[in-house]
Amino acid sequence: MSENITKNQTTPALPSVSPTPHVRDKSSTGKIMGCVLLGLLPATALGVYNFGPRALVIVISCMALCAFFEWGFEKICKKKNTIGDLSAVLTGLLLALNLPVNVPWYIPLIGSFFAIVVVKQLFGGLGQNFMNPALGARCFLVLSFSRYMTDFSYKSGWGSADVISSATPLADVKNGLGFNLTSMFLGNEAGTIGETSALAILIGGIFLLCMGVITWHLSFMYLLSLIVFVAVFGGRGFDVEYLAAHLFGGGLMLGAFFMATDYVTRPITKRGQIIYGIFLGILTGIFRIFGPGAEGVSYAIIIGNLIVPLIEKITVPRHFGYRKAAKE
Amino acid sequence: MSLLSFKGGIHPYDGKELSKNKAIIDAQAGKELVYPLSQHIGAPAKAIVAKGARVLCGQCIAEAGGFVSAPVYSSVSGTVKGIEKRRSVTGDMIDSIIIENDGEYEQADPITDKAYEDMSREEVIDVIKKAGIVGMGGAGFPTHVKLSPKDPDKIDTVIVNCAECEPYLTSDYRKMLEEPDKLIGGLQIEVGLFKNARGILAIEDNKPDCIRLLKEKTKGIANISVAVLKTKYPQGSERQLIYAVTKRAINSKMLPADAGCIVNNVDTVIAINNAVREGQPLIYRIVTVSGDAIKEPGNFKVRTGTDYNDLIEAAGGFKCTPQKIISGGPMMGFALFDTHVPVTKTSSAVLCMSEDEVAKWEPTACINCGRCVDVCPSRLIPSQLADHASHFNDEEFAALYGMECVECGSCSYVCPAKRQLAQMIKSMRRLQLAKRKK
Repeated sequence: MSENITKNQTTPALPSVSPTPHVRDKSSTGKIMGCVLLGLLPATALGVYNFGPRALVIVISCMALCAFFEWGFEKICKKKNTIGDLSAVLTGLLLALNLPVNVPWYIPLIGSFFAIVVVKQLFGGLGQNFMNPALGARCFLVLSFSRYMTDFSYKSGWGSADVISSATPLADVKNGLGFNLTSMFLGNEAGTIGETSALAILIGGIFLLCMGVITWHLSFMYLLSLIVFVAVFGGRGFDVEYLAAHLFGGGLMLGAFFMATDYVTRPITKRGQIIYGIFLGILTGIFRIFGPGAEGVSYAIIIGNLIVPLIEKITVPRHFGYRKAAKE
Repeated sequence: MSLLSFKGGIHPYDGKELSKNKAIIDAQAGKELVYPLSQHIGAPAKAIVAKGARVLCGQCIAEAGGFVSAPVYSSVSGTVKGIEKRRSVTGDMIDSIIIENDGEYEQADPITDKAYEDMSREEVIDVIKKAGIVGMGGAGFPTHVKLSPKDPDKIDTVIVNCAECEPYLTSDYRKMLEEPDKLIGGLQIEVGLFKNARGILAIEDNKPDCIRLLKEKTKGIANISVAVLKTKYPQGSERQLIYAVTKRAINSKMLPADAGCIVNNVDTVIAINNAVREGQPLIYRIVTVSGDAIKEPGNFKVRTGTDYNDLIEAAGGFKCTPQKIISGGPMMGFALFDTHVPVTKTSSAVLCMSEDEVAKWEPTACINCGRCVDVCPSRLIPSQLADHASHFNDEEFAALYGMECVECGSCSYVCPAKRQLAQMIKSMRRLQLAKRKK
């Protein structure tokens, strides 16, 4: 026996052993995150086009800062560097798309720190956070720096120097003022950098659906339940234009396709995702119609994140060949 | 007609083109053959030959050690060199009979001289038991036990598992093409055991030539038909196969017989035919030798007890240094660190890979993407099960139905974080099964 072992040790290339299976799919976390980044490209590009160079600076600095904080925290804690999985960069982009273009320079800095260090890394890093980091940071910023976070005045495009000071279309809708559906759909309206164009977000969302990164269950149920809620409680009945304004306005599209669908903070089963989507739609409806502000998506998703464990508990799928345990 | 299938599953690269078109050829047995006493599920066989004894080809050298057990036959003629512990494909040291091959291949008497037509039901099962036939797909469950359900009249479907859903494996494919009559003959014997049964050859649609051939061959036979399955892994998993063919779903606490089904693999059915009609004990099996590190991949008729090294030699040896050698398919086979192990009744393939795909990746954090949930044929949540398994949370593991896992490995295959989900769940299942036995 011992002779055998020594013989094996001197063999130059001993084949490696591992448990089954011995083959692997080509997917990886980095590829998935990369797909989502690509999906956000239309919304980002349109945001930069609408809001000018300042938007581009905010986008780039948020992405860089998030990557930096992830790297730094992991360096200090002597953890493995995980920038390569692109999740921090994605958080940065999502955060930037949720900021108004006029925020002072320290807002991206604080937001990135809060998202990566407080919401994500302190809870154990990727996969352990119970809250969407970008949204957590946005809510923190809205509560702490409300003045900057709700100032949606902007200089239109790249050349003009005129500051357009206007409320978001959703606020107009809420206050019973007029709104322009076409510009809400295309995105030349006031709002955060990435949320204004329903069209650009839809293109990205369809891309994610085609790539299999997300499925229809969550996003579709979210949009549907919000429409139903608004139709019932909005006070305008089944007014198509009013419903469309709710659909295209505010952060709903961005939230439904890119924030609520965040893998880590949504239920894992399809049934759970349907329930979660409905819950988000109702919460968003309540916040938008009965709440003090016009917007409700961020808070709805953050609160939704908190009840995900409960949804998971009641949606454990029945296994293959399930029988009622009557006999035992 | 839509293809028969189940929910979940994966589509890995199948690698079958390497050996698909290579006809089965005989592999030469080496000088020394090793017969582990435990090549099946159940009690180990008991050796009935002593050191120095001369044995013939097809002579029983170990008898069944209980009802759930199977005898072992010598596949060559020669001299018993001893009974000692030898390494098996799983890495365990198992009591084995060592026989020195004298190269004469002197035949022993057949195990039965009665014609099949004259046999009663009990006699047929007895011959199958005597021939040492076990499930040759990999599990090694003694076939005579499978064929003796509590209520034989309730069996209405006898399925031959011709799915061969494991990548790279082509031995079943070759057998279907080369010995269709023996396959159908074996199935007729099985169907004959149950008065209410029909026979079904369940084949994946990536083998259209087999489907055509077997459909033609079974045309005139009333109670035997061909079912076409969707090509998908793990289509050949017993529970998934029964569901695909009959739409009856069974769980881990049930047997196929509870769904009125008996499932056997292609090689097993041919072995039944050879035992009952020709009196041959189980001493051969077909093994695919393939992988990108093998010079001439192919399918070989091998005497059990043959050393894997001889088999690799028969396929022309290595083209380059293999980084991974697998006994069986890449999804459920065993990785070998030593190829000096014997071919047993359950060895379906030897795969030699120039690159180890598992070592290339390092497991990272779960991102809860849910791909494992989508592919799990048992409809479980593998990511959460693996989490509970790694923390030894018995109760949570049971609450998420961890014991229902069929260990197919689809979850590990799709995981973008490259986590060893199947391994963690499998280890926990072993632990729980061991606890139950106490």
